[in-house]
Amino acid sequence: MNNNAESVINVKNLVTHYGSRKILDGVDFEVKTGEIRVVMGGSGSGKSTLLWHILGLHEPSEGCVEVLGKDIHKISFNEQLQLKQNMGVSFQSGALFSSMNVGENVALPLREFTDLDENTIRIISRMKLEVVNLGGFHKLMPSQLSGGMIKRAALARAIVMDPKLLFFDEPSAGLDPVVASEIDDLILSLRDTMGMSMVVVTHELDSAYKIADRITVLDQGKNLFTGTVKEIKQCKIKRVKDLLERRSRHELVTSDEYLKRLTEENYTLS
Amino acid sequence: MSKFITKQIEFVGMAAYQAIERFGFAIRLFWDSFYWLFVGRRYKQRVRFHQIVEQVRVNCFDALLIVLALSFVVGMMLAIQLIYALTEFGAESEVLRAIAKSVTREFSPLITGVIVAGRSGAAIAARIGSQVVSQEIDALKVMGIVPVRYLVLPPLLGLMVAMPLLVICADFMSILGGAVFAVGRLDMSIMAYMVESLNILLVNDIMQGLIKSVAFGIIIALVGATMGFHVTGGAEGVGKATTSAVVTSIAFIVLVDMIASYFLTQ
Repeated sequence: MNNNAESVINVKNLVTHYGSRKILDGVDFEVKTGEIRVVMGGSGSGKSTLLWHILGLHEPSEGCVEVLGKDIHKISFNEQLQLKQNMGVSFQSGALFSSMNVGENVALPLREFTDLDENTIRIISRMKLEVVNLGGFHKLMPSQLSGGMIKRAALARAIVMDPKLLFFDEPSAGLDPVVASEIDDLILSLRDTMGMSMVVVTHELDSAYKIADRITVLDQGKNLFTGTVKEIKQCKIKRVKDLLERRSRHELVTSDEYLKRLTEENYTLS
Repeated sequence: MSKFITKQIEFVGMAAYQAIERFGFAIRLFWDSFYWLFVGRRYKQRVRFHQIVEQVRVNCFDALLIVLALSFVVGMMLAIQLIYALTEFGAESEVLRAIAKSVTREFSPLITGVIVAGRSGAAIAARIGSQVVSQEIDALKVMGIVPVRYLVLPPLLGLMVAMPLLVICADFMSILGGAVFAVGRLDMSIMAYMVESLNILLVNDIMQGLIKSVAFGIIIALVGATMGFHVTGGAEGVGKATTSAVVTSIAFIVLVDMIASYFLTQ
């Protein structure tokens, strides 16, 4: 990764709430051209929420999200559409359309947003399937695929429009180590061959160490740490060390608070 | 006791709030659907003609057999009841008029609406609901595909076309069902009965049924989509949404039928 490269994603002071709960609390986040940025953190730390904001799926309470130089929440529909064609997303569940076969899933963005003829669309979508090692599987339905194949098919769909930005939500979740490693290799080869910038949300440490240029650790909606793999391994922040060493997090609560949790019917965490 | 009452009030309040919110959501879906129909091309949100044709096929032909069968039975049942009632007044011959008018204005659209709500309304809610659960809706959004244009508009237009077609078939079968039972009592042939029924019917009678059927089609599509988009909690949520879509659609169909009947007969 080139340190002087321009930033493709720039999140400034992002604050968001679900109801009265603050999920993100003043997060700053930057991704540079050609960078693979891994976002880590425990469950409920706000990493997926950050991703949804960058993708324009959630409106922030405060702050701004600039993608490719444009504030994604303040641009016109057409500008947003243009931006989205430069963004590919691989969802945790794959999110393949169950009524379409693999080939149709991959071809969908081409059918919707280009004027290419059917033959060209078919060739491009099969090429992308070859890239993710799914050549010849285009006629299978998503229900006939294994977990790893679903992730790869979703990746083929994500890159079909040759986007500048690629996003992954838990790419290796639920996969065996070999398949997870294959996905990591795919991510690296896509960056090297297509020059894409990527944001990978994960809590798989091995995967993060293998692919990340920089790692951001979120904790309770705040950006706790950002640095390279080497820097994170030397990090002295206790929460980060807990995460890396897989230590469970025991919260200290007062006896009053504990009693309240047990007895009050409408108790919720503030 | 006061805690119990407070809880009940809270429950009613929440239910009312949810109902109003969903009603507003459905209106918004209707508005957005037609917005994207007319301006979609300008924003690269083309509405595919083949998707609408496919929806007409699914909603119309797949429901045709059951609609025809039930309409025939309803026509026959009406003939049985009306002949029994009208015989008391010596007006047995009026059964033909009563059946023709009542099925075209009332029974055909109502029966068809209930059947299609059970089939297509449930299917729309289940499909959209499972797409919400499996993040397919999010996938559409991040691709830049407007979910309403892609998922709601085709079944909405499909049902708006399919329902009147089904009602016309149901009209014919109901009258035929009535004829099969009534011809013996009225001493006339089935062909003569059918021709006489057609002569009695006014354009207005058939139009009433067709107007209602379009309204029912809109209700079924919007209620199904609204319930689908509000699914939470995985497979159980999809099941609840499906049931809720059918029950709510039928309730609205009956209500709108009553209101439409009042205004269309003034």
